[in-house]
Amino acid sequence: MSEKRNPILTLRNMQVHFPVKGKKAVVKAVDGIDLVVYEGETLGLVGESGCGKTTLGKATLQLIRPTGGEAIFEFADGPQDLRKMSNKELDKARKEMQIVFQDPQSSLNPSFTIFQSMSDPLKKFGVKSKEERRKIVGDLLEEVNMQREYMDRYPTEFSGGQRQRIGIARALLINPRLIVCDEAVSALDVSIQAQVLNLLNKLKEERGLTYIFISHDLSVIEYISDRVAVMYLGKIMEIADADALYQEAMHPYTKALLSAIPVADIDHHKKRILLEGDVPSPMNMPSGCRFHTRCSQCQQICKEKVPEMKTYTIGGREHMVACHFSDEAYRNMEQQ
Amino acid sequence: MTFGEKRFHKKLDKIRRLEEEGVLAKKKKGSRALSKFMSNKMAMLGLVIFTIIFLACIFAPLLTSYRPEVVDLTNLMKPPSKDHIFGTDKVGRDLFARVLYGGRVSILVAGGGALGGALIGVLVGSFAGYRGGWLDKITMRLSEVFMSFPQLILVLVMVTIMGQSTRNIIIIFVITGWSGIYRQARAAMLSIREEEYVQALHAFGLNDMLICFKHMLPNALSPIIVNITINIAAFILEEASLSFLGLGVPMEVATWGNILNASQDMYTLQNAWWIWLPVGVVISLFVMSINFVGDGVRDTTDSSIQG
Amino acid sequence: MSGESVISVKNLKTYFYSENRCNKAVNGVSFEIERGRTLCVVGESGCGKSVTASSIMQLLPKLSRIEEGEIVYHSETQGDIVLSKLKKNGKEMRSLRGKDIAMIFQDPMTALNPVYKVGWQIMENILQHEDVTKEEARKRTLDLLIQMGIPEPEKRIDQYPHEYSGGMRQRAVIAMAMSCNPKVLLADEPTTALDVTIQAQIFELMESLKKEHNTAILLITHDMGVVSEMADDVIVMYMGNVIESGTAREVLKNPVHPYTRALLASIPILGKGKEQQIEPIRGMTPNPHNRPKGCQFEPRCDFSCDTCRESMPGEEILEGTHMVRCHCWREVPRE
Repeated sequence: MSEKRNPILTLRNMQVHFPVKGKKAVVKAVDGIDLVVYEGETLGLVGESGCGKTTLGKATLQLIRPTGGEAIFEFADGPQDLRKMSNKELDKARKEMQIVFQDPQSSLNPSFTIFQSMSDPLKKFGVKSKEERRKIVGDLLEEVNMQREYMDRYPTEFSGGQRQRIGIARALLINPRLIVCDEAVSALDVSIQAQVLNLLNKLKEERGLTYIFISHDLSVIEYISDRVAVMYLGKIMEIADADALYQEAMHPYTKALLSAIPVADIDHHKKRILLEGDVPSPMNMPSGCRFHTRCSQCQQICKEKVPEMKTYTIGGREHMVACHFSDEAYRNMEQQ
Repeated sequence: MTFGEKRFHKKLDKIRRLEEEGVLAKKKKGSRALSKFMSNKMAMLGLVIFTIIFLACIFAPLLTSYRPEVVDLTNLMKPPSKDHIFGTDKVGRDLFARVLYGGRVSILVAGGGALGGALIGVLVGSFAGYRGGWLDKITMRLSEVFMSFPQLILVLVMVTIMGQSTRNIIIIFVITGWSGIYRQARAAMLSIREEEYVQALHAFGLNDMLICFKHMLPNALSPIIVNITINIAAFILEEASLSFLGLGVPMEVATWGNILNASQDMYTLQNAWWIWLPVGVVISLFVMSINFVGDGVRDTTDSSIQG
Repeated sequence: MSGESVISVKNLKTYFYSENRCNKAVNGVSFEIERGRTLCVVGESGCGKSVTASSIMQLLPKLSRIEEGEIVYHSETQGDIVLSKLKKNGKEMRSLRGKDIAMIFQDPMTALNPVYKVGWQIMENILQHEDVTKEEARKRTLDLLIQMGIPEPEKRIDQYPHEYSGGMRQRAVIAMAMSCNPKVLLADEPTTALDVTIQAQIFELMESLKKEHNTAILLITHDMGVVSEMADDVIVMYMGNVIESGTAREVLKNPVHPYTRALLASIPILGKGKEQQIEPIRGMTPNPHNRPKGCQFEPRCDFSCDTCRESMPGEEILEGTHMVRCHCWREVPRE
């Protein structure tokens, strides 16, 4: 992207630490994340379970209050730190940011019709008359390729894909600019995934939305994202444009992750880079680079020093990596 | 093949045949929960018995011309006859009238106690479960205190302080009965709190009360309703035992427990079965019917039990 | 498919009877599982792939039964055994389960009993099926844990499941399944609950087991990527029927059935970026109680004709082992 990009959300050293009951330890679910989300882009956030990607998504929306750092959102009247806002002030932010959840089974209230579920948020944000609320909900349902009349049905009458589309409609209720999609297609059958992904792309174009798309599925992330951030144990390992990341991954973790994905192309069998062992517990974080326990290129320095995020410009595009040996990787790439 | 297996296969054969003929597909949908409850024989039997006893108590004046408190010294300890179908007691009161009118008080006391306790338990429990934190901790400890206190002593103390009256018994049942419902409501809310639709409401910044009582509570209610029915049944029995001990509703008011209380002595037990047997049967039937209905409701709402 | 088959499934029909309805979950499925090969069963949720595996193991829920068809296990020592005729929990079936035929389930969190040590649970299977002493069984368990690549096996053997991570639990489950050197391993979405890096480890392990022990593997999955990596042979299921089958190359390189093609077109492929077009399959899978009369895929198919509305197409062999069930496959444009 060469045109000037306006940040919509800037996270600086964002931390979410949970105390552990009965122990002195804390779980560092998100541990110092710097990230800029630009207006109109889809930022993919990828990582294995327990890497803190969902926590980061929820902390961005202040559904979980971060324990440190800054989360600066660009409101129409200037930037403001979400973390410093009170619950009341946050209403302003809630108009701008919404979330789509993973599980279509639990994302809709089973005792309420679709309209009843969506009515209260609209009421809160000033749509007083019922006719108007029905019109908004009906329009939104049509926008996500469903029939208006469905608003008076109960969630049990819908299939997983339909529910997920209703969940997207709900996120759009008050016209937010930023939507966090938390594993929005992971629970769906493959043929339905495509429906939802294409719908998200359509909505983005029509409404100029910005997405933070959280998923563990790299194929999906690559398809939908402009830029991708790879997370591991509460930290970001690598950020790059989606295609750059897939072609020129610099971090050993990203490389291993990419090689582990089974690809539905029988002629393209690549060599798997097998990672040893499991993800360490976030209660007992490894010293230095947190990936060093599984990294094949691990050196002494990796065990001692936390690598800093370095920014490279490759082919005119920004590529950020947190690895002690990224310079080497960069040089290798230059030579090729 | 055993007989049971044959029957099982026969049943499946029938379903398959009907399905293939397309009969099942055409069946009107209606409420699945209702039809499931209707097909539960025990629950329906319970409902019928419950309704009969309940209505008989409410319409007592239409069913008997006697008053429960009128003493008739010419008819002491008469066995059942045409005039007195359940017989008369030691002071000549008509037992049928006493069972009917007594049922009114007993059901009122038990129902009032259970519903009052449920109201407090649900309100406190759901909000505590939803909010967590100090409110949850305090109410949890409080409920533990109430659950660990011997009920009989509590009743004795309260009767001494407040005096013996129907109202006081209801209050005692409320005080001792709320904690069970509280715990259930709290547990239900703790799990519903994690549902994604609740998080979505948080993302809109909706009012806590609105989220808790309007959006979440309806999904926690069905197991609580089952528990309330069980409480009613338990309180009927408790009222009967308290009154039998002379600690319940004042003796001059007819209740199921007070009728039993009159048959404490050996002579009555051995020679006047009609004083204690009919009321005993009515109590058992009533309690059993409530439990059947409660079980039926649980089975229809619990999706893990299929059949 | 040319090898020697271990399990033959012929025209299997398994119906479910919950809630007083009849769901034809598996409606006439035939395939062979061959020694030393991996057969992938692929399909979306509700297509009957798991039911097929449970039918082989005779682990069906109470309100269900095998209506028709045969499942034959070709034993090397006992000759052919018709599994579908055996009593569900009879002695013969129990002696085969865990010994000749083993199964791995999707969720490693619930597949182990939390109150017993992992080593004990694996040992129990060995002691159940073979005449060995406790010491021997323990030694074999230890060997298995080493073979599965579980770190510090001497310590791990005496630990409880909650002390294992997800990937290790799945290894322990596989160790248990492999403990009596089964001839057939049924794996029902064994990696769906695991991360990709762990999935890669588990697949590597399964591949090596297949090579070493000549085990036949039935791998159930919904992931076309997994199929392409793991499968020797593939069957594609939709609404209780096999709609296309053949070797992995035949089916994936040259998919013929409109459903297989649509399925392949609906998934984003890693490395193809944002430019690739993914096409959702229109509509949704029909309600199992309200199935289409003819071809099950007809309402969602772009190439359907009148015949499709009338009858379910029969099996047709294209070439080699490539089978398809479609009336109109000749009309489907090829690339």
